[in-house]
Amino acid sequence: MTQPQVNPTPWIEGRFEENMVLTTVEQAINWARQSSIWPMTFGLACCAIEMMAAGASRYDLDRFGAGAFRATPRQADLMIVAGTVTYKMASRVRRLYNLMPDPKYVIAMGACTTGGGPYFKWGYHVVKGVDLVVPVDVYVPGCPPRPESLLEGLMRIQDKIQGQRIAKRTGSVGKVDDELPVPHHSGYVVSPVADGSLVFDHQKVQS
Amino acid sequence: MRGPGFLEQLETALPGSVAGSRLDALDPWIEIEPSRLVDVCRWLREKSEVRFDALECITAIDWFEPDSKKAAKATWQPHTELVYHLWSTASRVSIVLKVKLPRWKGDVPGQLPEVGSVTGVWRGANWHEREVYDLSGVWFTGHPDLRRILCPEDWEGHPLRKDYEQPLEYHGIRGR
Ligand code: SF4
Repeated sequence: MTQPQVNPTPWIEGRFEENMVLTTVEQAINWARQSSIWPMTFGLACCAIEMMAAGASRYDLDRFGAGAFRATPRQADLMIVAGTVTYKMASRVRRLYNLMPDPKYVIAMGACTTGGGPYFKWGYHVVKGVDLVVPVDVYVPGCPPRPESLLEGLMRIQDKIQGQRIAKRTGSVGKVDDELPVPHHSGYVVSPVADGSLVFDHQKVQS
Repeated sequence: MRGPGFLEQLETALPGSVAGSRLDALDPWIEIEPSRLVDVCRWLREKSEVRFDALECITAIDWFEPDSKKAAKATWQPHTELVYHLWSTASRVSIVLKVKLPRWKGDVPGQLPEVGSVTGVWRGANWHEREVYDLSGVWFTGHPDLRRILCPEDWEGHPLRKDYEQPLEYHGIRGR
């Protein structure tokens, strides 16, 4: 039995004269999607400076169609977790991730988000890797990573999008085949207060 | 500083409030009895000839029991020390106040040491004292809103104490 090819050239491509472009719906959608990855404006620490540099004119994230940093998770496809995730922030990161529409992607940028980084041993308040809170598609190591590294990470996300199939395969349940398992750790976003009483000061409403 | 004369003025105004001093140091400091701290601060700000109108910072130092190998040479008993840096914008002089507290109130672990809050003297002390409470565990009596400022509100322990232990788990997120 031969393995099915992952991304074959559609049989219809290149069959007609020059002025006609034909492709499959799948390729067209993937092409459109991978060229308009909108990241969320979301910087947590020093790595965010490097992310801003990647977005500015010298490195120009916009070449990849990913320069439209959205200020709301509802309009974003990509979450670049740039910086140190503390326990206090973890539940917010998870909440923002939950608010993003599918399909969504996460880049863990920097040593802190890949595994705690400089705070691994003594950082009592640092989550040892953001993959404990949200599923991560691409890890970009470095402290901080150069903008080129982030661009490389973005291109890996593009590769990933390009490999997606629209057609359901037999046996799949309508999910993308390479979808990552969502960690069950969630801070206190999804565990509601049992008896309805307010626990934390910020939940109080001023009357 | 204006030399020993200043210290005598303080002693006459508020007898029994000075526990020690060193005015020829690079950063001249006065050690204050914990119970008299607020009175001294108010006097320094409002009555003394050099008006210390700015509180620059509040620091807490945890002098923990020394390591058993170094205990012989250690010159201190375990205690918590508060350091207040004051500045007079008019006279351009600074002074350091030190207050020595026990590590735990009544030496019962878990009971935070108490000292009066100086928010009534300098409003800016509010957040400084909240930070000291959050990270070093000193309870400031009379503070209007003493709750954690950096750590989450349900955090346990005071991380800058030397005997602090890191949490292994926080709301389901693994610690290490
Ligand atoms: S990985 Fe380094 S540069 Fe990035 S947030 Fe952590 S400490 Fe800062």
